[in-house]
Amino acid sequence: MKHFDIQLDSDNNLRHFLTIEGLKKQMLLDILDNAENFSSVSNRQVKKVPLLRGKTIANLFFEPSTRTRTTFELAAKRLSADVVNININTSATSKGESLLDMLHNLEAMQVDMFIVRHNSSGAAHFIAQHVAPHISVINAGDGSHAHPTQAMLDMFTIRRHKQDFTKLTVAIVGDIMHSRVARSQIHALNTLGVPEIRVIGPQTIIPKEAAHLGVHVYHDIQQGLQNADVIIMLRLQRERMEGALLPSEHEYFHMFGLTEDKLKLAKPDAIVMHPGPINRGVEIESCVADGPQSVILEQVTHGISVRMAVMSMTLGRSSLSEGGQ
Amino acid sequence: MTERQQNQDLDTTALLDTLSNELRNLLKTRNIENPVMIGIHTGGLWVAEELHKNLSIKAPLGALNISFYRDDFTRIGMHPQVQPSNLPFNIDDQHIILVDDVLHTGRTIRAALNEIFDYGRPASVLLAVLVERDCHELPISADVAATRITLEQNQHIKLIRNDESKKLLLSIEKAK
Repeated sequence: MKHFDIQLDSDNNLRHFLTIEGLKKQMLLDILDNAENFSSVSNRQVKKVPLLRGKTIANLFFEPSTRTRTTFELAAKRLSADVVNININTSATSKGESLLDMLHNLEAMQVDMFIVRHNSSGAAHFIAQHVAPHISVINAGDGSHAHPTQAMLDMFTIRRHKQDFTKLTVAIVGDIMHSRVARSQIHALNTLGVPEIRVIGPQTIIPKEAAHLGVHVYHDIQQGLQNADVIIMLRLQRERMEGALLPSEHEYFHMFGLTEDKLKLAKPDAIVMHPGPINRGVEIESCVADGPQSVILEQVTHGISVRMAVMSMTLGRSSLSEGGQ
Repeated sequence: MTERQQNQDLDTTALLDTLSNELRNLLKTRNIENPVMIGIHTGGLWVAEELHKNLSIKAPLGALNISFYRDDFTRIGMHPQVQPSNLPFNIDDQHIILVDDVLHTGRTIRAALNEIFDYGRPASVLLAVLVERDCHELPISADVAATRITLEQNQHIKLIRNDESKKLLLSIEKAK
């Protein structure tokens, strides 16, 4: 029996982009290669190509976001699509309209793609299950489940600096428990063949099932950073924490914050990444965030190219022109 | 599948010489002294590499990948393997020689012109192709072509490059 994956169409092209889990290595490489091609567009006099001219993309953000929403919007505009930003707090859902009613209304306005950010895990999947056949859904972060475009822009940044994934040691430090970014990164790193993935943090914010994800768990950052090629720092997600999981921020910084001294334990050419927003003096020292090994702002730039790649791959399917519409 | 039965592989050495000479004459007639050259991926770039050498053009050769400008994108989707465009010079007020291997429908050239204008406003663009064949679908024709041919409906002409000798061959294939 053929395995049914909601993310793929009948020709195995990307239809929705909801999670890294289940996608083949070649698909991830195609996203990275397409993103590499799109990265030149942002350096031109006219930062726009006509690929998605006439397509309409709706940004549905049920949770606040600046970087992700802006880079999705810029990516869509650089592909010549029209973008509507729907601010959920002020929209009809606060007047009692159900999520599905709102989606069907947007469908009736001939929207081609939904970009969804939601505080519940599985929200993007739910929407993908209910949209009309010609519509694509991209997950821009759902609860603590997945944030696949963030993971892919991180892979893109790693490949720009390190080329060969199969020789790397990658350390992810901080609040793994509440991080959809970490989950998507771990799936992507595993799929791309990274041999050594470490998660580092206090016991209370490392999920117990972490070991099943194919990672090594460290509670001592001094050990965990030894010989790392890539260090990914994560923010403490206070808004998702229930109960007292951590001592003070000051103590957390002392134990797990990335300082210049701790960075010296990694390889001399290690890169420092952070999906943002960064909290200086909590998970990362200012001089490290702004230092020569930091690629944090590059990640933001690459976010545009990677999102252009994913949008054009999902909306440029051959099956679209044959039926559905 | 296409079968290369009764295929004719044409040597391009003479055609490239003809094209270089005609192009040189045209530039002289139009009083163009310092043109820049852009080849369209992939076959057009091969031809452009030869012309760029033969005409001793000073500016580095530009390469155009028109896949973001295709009019059949929603039918054929994305092809990540092609190299991105690289125009290592300023387009504004330049005289551009646009080079492709075969001019057929004209759609590739339409896409290439749109892309060029997203980089700037050239003084002029002229089109040089190795082969101009019949069946144009747009009001586009070549300023210089080494040869002009008419093919049967099921015939295709394609430029091939030998990986080792870098020799260019034109192959006429008949679809089954």
